[in-house]
Amino acid sequence: MSGDTTVSTSKTIQDAAKPAPEPAPEPRPQGEVMLEVDNLGKHFPVTAGLLRRQVGAVKAVDGVSFSVRKGETLGLVGESGCGKSTTGRMIMRLLDPSFGRITFEGRDITKLSRGQMRPLRRDLQMIFQDPYSSLNPRQTVGAIVGAPFRLQNIRTEHGVKRAVQDLLELVGLNPEHYNRYPHEFSGGQRQRIGIARTLALKPKLIVADEPVSALDVSVQAQVVNLMEDLQDELDLTYVVIAHDLSVVRHISDRVAVMYLGKIVEVADRAELYERPMHPYTNALLSAVPVPDPSLREGRERIRLQGDVPSPLDPPPACRFHTRCWKAQEICKTVEPPLVRLSPGHEVACHFPENATVSETDTVAKAAVAHGASPDEAPLADQD
Amino acid sequence: MTASDETAPAEFAERARPSAFLEVRDLKIHFPTDDGVVKSVDGLSFQLERGRTLGIVGESGSGKSVTSLGILGLHNRQNARVSGEIWLDGQELVGSTPEQVRRLRGRQMAMIFQDPLSSMHPFYTVGKQIIEAYRVHNDVSKAVARKHAIDMLGRVGIPKPDQRVDDYPHQFSGGMRQRAMIAMALSCDPELLIADEPTTALDVTVQAQILDLIRDLQEEFNSAVIMITHDLGVVAELSDDILVMYAGRCVEYAAVEDAFHRPLHPYTWGLLGSMPRLDRERSERLMPIKGSPPSLINVPDGCPFHPRCPYGELTGGKADTERPELRELEPGHKAACHLPLEQRREIWNAEIAPKL
Amino acid sequence: MGPFNVLAYIIRRLIGAVLMLLLVSLVTFGIFFWMPKLAGQTTDQIAASYVGKAPTAEAIAATKERLHLDQPVVLQYGHYLKGIVAGQDFKAGPEVDHCPAPCLGYSFRTSQPVLPQLIDRAPATLSLAAGAALLWLVSGVTIGVLSALRRGSFLDRAAMVIALGGVSLPIYFTGLLSLAIFSYNLKIFPGGGSYRPFSEDPLHWFESLVLPWVTLAFLYAAMYARLTRAGMLETLGEDYIRTARAKGLPEKTVITKHALRSSLTPILTVFGLDLGLLLGGAVLTENTFSIPGLGQLAIAAINGGDLPVVLGVTLLAATFVVLLNLVVDVLYAAIDPRVRLG
Repeated sequence: MSGDTTVSTSKTIQDAAKPAPEPAPEPRPQGEVMLEVDNLGKHFPVTAGLLRRQVGAVKAVDGVSFSVRKGETLGLVGESGCGKSTTGRMIMRLLDPSFGRITFEGRDITKLSRGQMRPLRRDLQMIFQDPYSSLNPRQTVGAIVGAPFRLQNIRTEHGVKRAVQDLLELVGLNPEHYNRYPHEFSGGQRQRIGIARTLALKPKLIVADEPVSALDVSVQAQVVNLMEDLQDELDLTYVVIAHDLSVVRHISDRVAVMYLGKIVEVADRAELYERPMHPYTNALLSAVPVPDPSLREGRERIRLQGDVPSPLDPPPACRFHTRCWKAQEICKTVEPPLVRLSPGHEVACHFPENATVSETDTVAKAAVAHGASPDEAPLADQD
Repeated sequence: MTASDETAPAEFAERARPSAFLEVRDLKIHFPTDDGVVKSVDGLSFQLERGRTLGIVGESGSGKSVTSLGILGLHNRQNARVSGEIWLDGQELVGSTPEQVRRLRGRQMAMIFQDPLSSMHPFYTVGKQIIEAYRVHNDVSKAVARKHAIDMLGRVGIPKPDQRVDDYPHQFSGGMRQRAMIAMALSCDPELLIADEPTTALDVTVQAQILDLIRDLQEEFNSAVIMITHDLGVVAELSDDILVMYAGRCVEYAAVEDAFHRPLHPYTWGLLGSMPRLDRERSERLMPIKGSPPSLINVPDGCPFHPRCPYGELTGGKADTERPELRELEPGHKAACHLPLEQRREIWNAEIAPKL
Repeated sequence: MGPFNVLAYIIRRLIGAVLMLLLVSLVTFGIFFWMPKLAGQTTDQIAASYVGKAPTAEAIAATKERLHLDQPVVLQYGHYLKGIVAGQDFKAGPEVDHCPAPCLGYSFRTSQPVLPQLIDRAPATLSLAAGAALLWLVSGVTIGVLSALRRGSFLDRAAMVIALGGVSLPIYFTGLLSLAIFSYNLKIFPGGGSYRPFSEDPLHWFESLVLPWVTLAFLYAAMYARLTRAGMLETLGEDYIRTARAKGLPEKTVITKHALRSSLTPILTVFGLDLGLLLGGAVLTENTFSIPGLGQLAIAAINGGDLPVVLGVTLLAATFVVLLNLVVDVLYAAIDPRVRLG
């Protein structure tokens, strides 16, 4: 994070290529930082040969940094293999990071053992994608939702049953279904059960990994609304991992876009969707099919060629340069740092889209600071 | 098509042979189970011409995939009861023998499936699988078929097709695999192509590539395409007409513009209100449909959508007891709903459209 | 994955196999030579039990020295291993017997080297196991496939009931029953103990093995029929089978070319293990039909406390299992291109 760049806020908004029409931007939650991730990475070793020497590593996550404030929702988007789920699992400490640091409420939890993590599990919870396989089919809903109480040895005021029934009611299920089994519920209801279990211990941070992607459209909306209601009611903080850009836009306050194990752009929601700066973000947004046939013609489309390269051998410098239509020599030699171009908008690109003159200048300076020669960095040839 | 005349039961021969390229009439596909009869498709009718694309939209269990498998005759006749008529280019399929339908499969009608990895045989190279598909219906040598396979792979945009032809499916990326599936489906130049959620398992940038490909190939081959999906965005990108399915039936059928801009069924409204959209301002709240899709064993009486419909009460109890017929309300626009047309237009204009 | 990787894989697996065999020999050796010591027997007592009836003091002393029984067990084991790798010299009075590598020692009972005995017995076991394996593989898979294709039919149910019987009935029951019917009553096939090596009398070899083959194969065929049926049913539900049908392939091609090939891979694994185990001695079958194979040798050796022979048979059986496992894994990679050896 380069905090040394100064950009005039008012200028940025005036110069924005697309004016932001979103009415009265809601005040961004300015609470304290709850989760801080610093240069986090996960490399899975690849071995070969007679002695099984390590010949390489799948760089699933390769140095990501972001922070989540209390009460806000951070969306992590990207295509399969970009490392978003691995990041989520590392935050939950379901996977051990290869390097980097995770700080939760000011406490470094990167190296905590399972035993040391246990009390923290109350505060950190996860919602999984598949509501079918993440619930034990042999347990009643009461047992599933009540399990956290037993595991954490928590006394509830009116007994566990009452507490579970309250939770079921909270997520919109009938409390009388306490004794039913998961298979008696539909997909959406099962995801509600999963959410109820997550909420049992009144967590502070919830990591939701594709919470709605396995659900039908009509049911997706129910769960999205439920998650938003619960956030207001219980003052929750979310990290939502999803591939669906529309869902992420709806639910997030801030959005981080990942590509091949790196964050390429982080911005406030309105900024990101109205003034996407990284070419990859632009391509992603352009690729989403729009449910309006009248926009079929005339819509500007950016079509990326080919597939995401293998994380086993990612392209050097800017990882997107192999598919980027704006790529130049410098993109293959100097990795673009994640630079803050306007308040709440960070981009890792040498040639950002929708950028103002001063922003382009900032990018060029950052590139030079990271080892590019001044000729390479596009300081002069800006219009 | 003399074969069908000889074998088709008399009752079919009497009825008029349709003029449309594909016509489905009152198709019913039921599966008897221990718990009761699952009525996956329960009286579906539609038509499709060459060069046109029909989008079939619905949630899981709406019967959209069962319909497509039914057209291809892929249901096991031991456990599926199929009735109604399916006319493909003048030949009736439901009454034809399995062998007759098999000869049409892959040649005149072909299918692309959702998950290209599990849909290709892991033990055979991509080339072998395409060659096999081509040689079932064409009496050519292996060398000729191989050349054709390479040619097809090139046409669907696979780089270096002469080398990739010998790769196994797992050596392809997801997008390339779906391209290979398409190459295989198109290898015999079918006139009807059914794509069952062809992009659901793919990433969004790859999905865009595949949708472009299907669109381009359709123009090139002038085939009729049925696009089955739950994603209204995908349908809006590709389809000429849209058929919305709910509980095994068609609840709305319209040209794509009408379906998105003047929909006449509350379920279609619900679908549109449920999805967050990138092309509109962000709405504060989504408008989901309450409840979940019904069981196909116990389909609700009356209008199957009435337990979830916010406007059911406006019909004065009719929705609870009487099943609404699919009626043509405007030219080319059909919907199955008890509400008076004027009232529906009002609700759409006043309550639904502004909130999307 | 080039040929080098395959080679590296095989070498790594062979190293693993040697370690595995070392472990097997260590455990077996320990059971026979170390446990008695733990139990408090003196070396004299141990030696006495190896000499045979009416041991004399000289014989005990000679045995003790010959087997290095007075040395620590670890050293004894070292001698044993050395014998396998480099051969071993045994002092028998003034003469020195050289037992060339791989030397598995001398039988206590016959005073003959162990290895030739094993080699002598192996063909009978091999004949029995290979013939039965062929029989059960063909019949089991065929019945399993037919059962899966006509799921729920009379054929399916009948086949599965018979299969259940085959799995539950022990060899000595079915074996004796078949002997009673086909040999003693109907006199179609010769009775027990009539085995002749193939090299001596091929026709008689065949006749004498028919009943053991069928008996042994019945047990396994039943198991394989159930396995194949389950595998077939699972494969028939796969997406790629639906694709094969959607291409318009005739049902026969769909079954043989697409479904069967996938459902056979798990069977291959089990087959490798089963065959490996049987090659080490089909104890029950050999005993029931009195076939002089490795299994009978093992039983006799155990009963007579002939430890070197017991150790030898155990090691040989373990070698078969380990090697066949390796063969299966390599075959697996050849059949399924997704499997990468590494």
